[in-house]
Amino acid sequence: MTVQEKYETREFKTVIEVSGPLMFVDLQGMGGVSYGEIAEIITTTGEKRRGQVLDVSKNLAIIQCFEGTSGLETKDTTCRFLGETMKIGVSAEMLGRVFNGRGEAIDGGGDIVPDKILDITGSPINPSARQYPKEFIETGISTIDTLLTLVRGQKLPLFSGSGLPHNMLAAQIARQAKVLGAKEDFAVIFCAMGITADEARFFRDDFEQTGALDKVVLFLNLADDPAIERLLTPRLALTTAEHLAYDHDYHVLVILTDITAYAESLREVAAARSEVPSRRGYPGYMYSDFSTIYERAGRIHGRKGSITQIPILTLPNYDITHPVPDLTGYITEGQVYVDIGLNRKGLYPPINPLPSLSRLMKDTIGQGSTRSDHKYVQDQLYALYATGKDLRDLVAVVGDESLSDIDKKTLEFAELFEQKFINQDYYEDRSIFESLDIGWELLGTFDDPHRVLKRIPSEFIDKFHPTKRDKKTDFNTVNI
Amino acid sequence: MTTANTEQIGLIARISGPVVQASNMLGSKLYDVARVGEEKLVGEIIRLTGDLATIQVYENTEGLTPGEPVYLTNAPLSVELGPGLMRQIFDGIQRPLPVIREVSGDFIARGIEIPGLDHKKLWDFAPSLKVGDKVVGGDILGEIPETPTVDFKLMVPPNIRGKLEFIAQRGDYTIDDLSATVVTPTGDKVDLQFYHRWPVRQPRPYHQRLPANIPLITGQRIFDTIAPIAKGGTGAIPGGFGTGKTVSQHQLAKWSDAKIVVYVGCGERGNEMTDVLREFPKLVDPYTGGPLMDRTVLIANTSNMPVAAREASVYTGITLAEFFRDMGYDVAMMADSTSRWAEAMREISGRLEEMPGEESFPAYLASRIAEYYERAGRVLTIGSKPREASISVVGAVSPPGGDFSEPVTQNTLRIVKVFWALSKDLASRRHFPAIDYLLSYTLYWSALEDYYSENVSPEFPGLRAETLALLQKDKELQDIVALVGPDALPPSEKIILETARMLKEDFLQQNAFHETDSFCSLEKQYLMLKTILRFYEKAQDLYKRGAIVSDIFEHELVVRIARMKYIERSEIETSLNELMKEIDGLTIQAFGVED
Repeated sequence: MTVQEKYETREFKTVIEVSGPLMFVDLQGMGGVSYGEIAEIITTTGEKRRGQVLDVSKNLAIIQCFEGTSGLETKDTTCRFLGETMKIGVSAEMLGRVFNGRGEAIDGGGDIVPDKILDITGSPINPSARQYPKEFIETGISTIDTLLTLVRGQKLPLFSGSGLPHNMLAAQIARQAKVLGAKEDFAVIFCAMGITADEARFFRDDFEQTGALDKVVLFLNLADDPAIERLLTPRLALTTAEHLAYDHDYHVLVILTDITAYAESLREVAAARSEVPSRRGYPGYMYSDFSTIYERAGRIHGRKGSITQIPILTLPNYDITHPVPDLTGYITEGQVYVDIGLNRKGLYPPINPLPSLSRLMKDTIGQGSTRSDHKYVQDQLYALYATGKDLRDLVAVVGDESLSDIDKKTLEFAELFEQKFINQDYYEDRSIFESLDIGWELLGTFDDPHRVLKRIPSEFIDKFHPTKRDKKTDFNTVNI
Repeated sequence: MTTANTEQIGLIARISGPVVQASNMLGSKLYDVARVGEEKLVGEIIRLTGDLATIQVYENTEGLTPGEPVYLTNAPLSVELGPGLMRQIFDGIQRPLPVIREVSGDFIARGIEIPGLDHKKLWDFAPSLKVGDKVVGGDILGEIPETPTVDFKLMVPPNIRGKLEFIAQRGDYTIDDLSATVVTPTGDKVDLQFYHRWPVRQPRPYHQRLPANIPLITGQRIFDTIAPIAKGGTGAIPGGFGTGKTVSQHQLAKWSDAKIVVYVGCGERGNEMTDVLREFPKLVDPYTGGPLMDRTVLIANTSNMPVAAREASVYTGITLAEFFRDMGYDVAMMADSTSRWAEAMREISGRLEEMPGEESFPAYLASRIAEYYERAGRVLTIGSKPREASISVVGAVSPPGGDFSEPVTQNTLRIVKVFWALSKDLASRRHFPAIDYLLSYTLYWSALEDYYSENVSPEFPGLRAETLALLQKDKELQDIVALVGPDALPPSEKIILETARMLKEDFLQQNAFHETDSFCSLEKQYLMLKTILRFYEKAQDLYKRGAIVSDIFEHELVVRIARMKYIERSEIETSLNELMKEIDGLTIQAFGVED
């Protein structure tokens, strides 16, 4: 039963306090207002804004105002309770359209005709209904495909910072993402929270240039839009994603940027309610709140579509222990770490594989999906790069005279790895086979492969090593 | 779930997130279950002030309105204990998730009322007592073969004693059928079914505690050799994200030699529970040969499921564990992660506007954690023929920023006796399991040493001590190397560095996803350790006689040592004895030195 069926619309002119993003309404003992209900606020100039009930008793309702509280006052402001929780009308026609952070069309194309009206909070997916994600998404970016494989239904955030090219990276992933050997309906939902108009335009232009715009839904809450509205935007985006994925069989990629701005809004509301803060002033329930966004990624048994999320976080001061990335990392299935050091070296995409991780790759990669050597190559590349980086630190202190030949070679490898493997062009779309073969080329620079490449079983070295390869075999196939 | 009686007594007065206040609640008891609103959402009374009751609601409260009714059940939050728990996956308040799916589809709706056990299924019961027998709580009335590997033992519930006036004959019964009638000493007749209810927040009684002096064998080298846990022991695995908490917990659930595993996914990822559901039925239990799922109960309250039910899920889990303990089984319980449980407490506490303690956790955090871990232990069960049984509890802790000084980690470490410290540094080197072998500790070693000497080898404690010493020495040497480079070390110390590297790479690192390496028997652990240390001894000897250190560690045998972990179970003894023989047979001439 919806709330609407239970109660009529009610209007109050008894606003008793406006403070920060909150408005307090005296219900005069009449009650009848539900928790989570949507309120329409009519200012003295006749402007309509929306808010949601955060706390309610018979006498008092606390409302968080999505569109700001400036201009509200306590004498004539009217508050009308609409008798329903926050909903959005969704339809497949939304593809190619642009909406604001409240879900209103802003591209001049008029309102959409909804197929369904859905509650934006969504319900948790029953864990026993989930299907374990294991379909490889090829992004054409070597570091991601080889070392941090993205999987359909995964939530894999970009941990980045100010001044780093995370937007380019996200746009490139959106442009190039595909599943090997499959021609399926895909869609991108782009959810902007507090980013600048320039950044939003960058994405829009990029989608337009590649002709992908008719497969994209944009929800834009920009930096100058009301901050509290940001709490709605990702939920609108994900409700739309669920509709496209589960009712229309689309494989949906949702880009959420910037989660840090979202967290700021969450903190603002918590502070206005004088809640006891947890770390760095963020509310204690931030983890639970994040999970209601991130956990909406996934796959469901018996349904064709999927939701894959790429949230973008700008880490304050590049600090991975900051509560926003920290709590995110505990929910998401790995992270892609965009590194300021690599960026300074002029490398693109500056993804540092060492602190990065994809938790779902273990069951995804291998024969039939990528290639049988994938598991070992990624392990070996990672290990050698890690050793190479350690050696760099050591050399910086004691010089390279005491290094053994293998150590010197490893140092060289780390450099080549950055230049040839990590580094690629913004428009370069490398197949997974190309990426793996670049990896082999670099591993091929070591003289005694069986001794040095300890993480690759001998039979794989004999089969895949560049100098040992059978020239007649086709290595560009998942079947090998 | 308890069925609500129709008598309405309360009215919702205020709603704030998962916390609801109801008026007109005089006569309700603390921790009783209440059904809130017209949809009858499940909640638990957590505070009473006058006629106002504060209720934490286990479901999403959106849309509730002041003035809606609150129904009382007059019973605390309880679980149904009977046959049918094995192989099942429940939510935090024991509602079976597959049944919820049948009722509400792929997404979890609210207000669903489903009993924890299947009340229609027939079970094949064979009595082991007869009419006229005297029974006390804990006595076994009979058995039901629940899964091929677990026999369900039907027990007289605690706190009941008397003479059997009736007991069901061999046959098929539902859990609602009458299993026995007991006439108590006061002449009352108590009818028993095939299940009973037990409040989750109340520990089930036992007869007596026993010392924890048998190891819980996990098949993981870092656990069993370096920091073993006892059956009935408590352990914590704290670690930042990406360090491998969940994989470690899964490994324990898969391979530990407990008869029953209760796995609680408390506020973690949905896909992780799916992983368990997908993988466990396929995996073979190394002890029974049956599917692992046959001995496993899962409780899944993922992070996006309601926060109050997350708080309840660890209690639901430990109560089920105690029930199996009472049957006489060794139970291992994993909770992943207890930090989410603590955060759920914090969230509820915040909504109650309680005075916050450290990092705004409630002041009672420490006592709640202590109470929970105290429900573990090796005990003599109740009953006229007490059985030895145990619950071992391993809790994962997710410290913010990987900082172990935070309150949940610290309060946990004050209670548990085994500390497996996950290290971000090791994880980023892909040293898995990323458990810091120097920081981790066990307080059970002195109690378990005899077991290892008698059941594995009298040499084992010595080998372990030598390993720990080498790893410690390695740490000190590494600090020097970082300052002055490896060349500054004398050859004898280079041997230590190389041996420690072998210990770390070829012994401590274990591949959870490799078919053979995922589980390593104690016998194999012992032989592997012995082989490496034998080589260490030989290396010292060869060096003294003139061989060059780097030549020694580039010998072909070193490569074979590195591959020891992948040797099949059936070949371990012959292969490793052969390997050791070859090590013994290494001559100085092989290194180009004349003797």
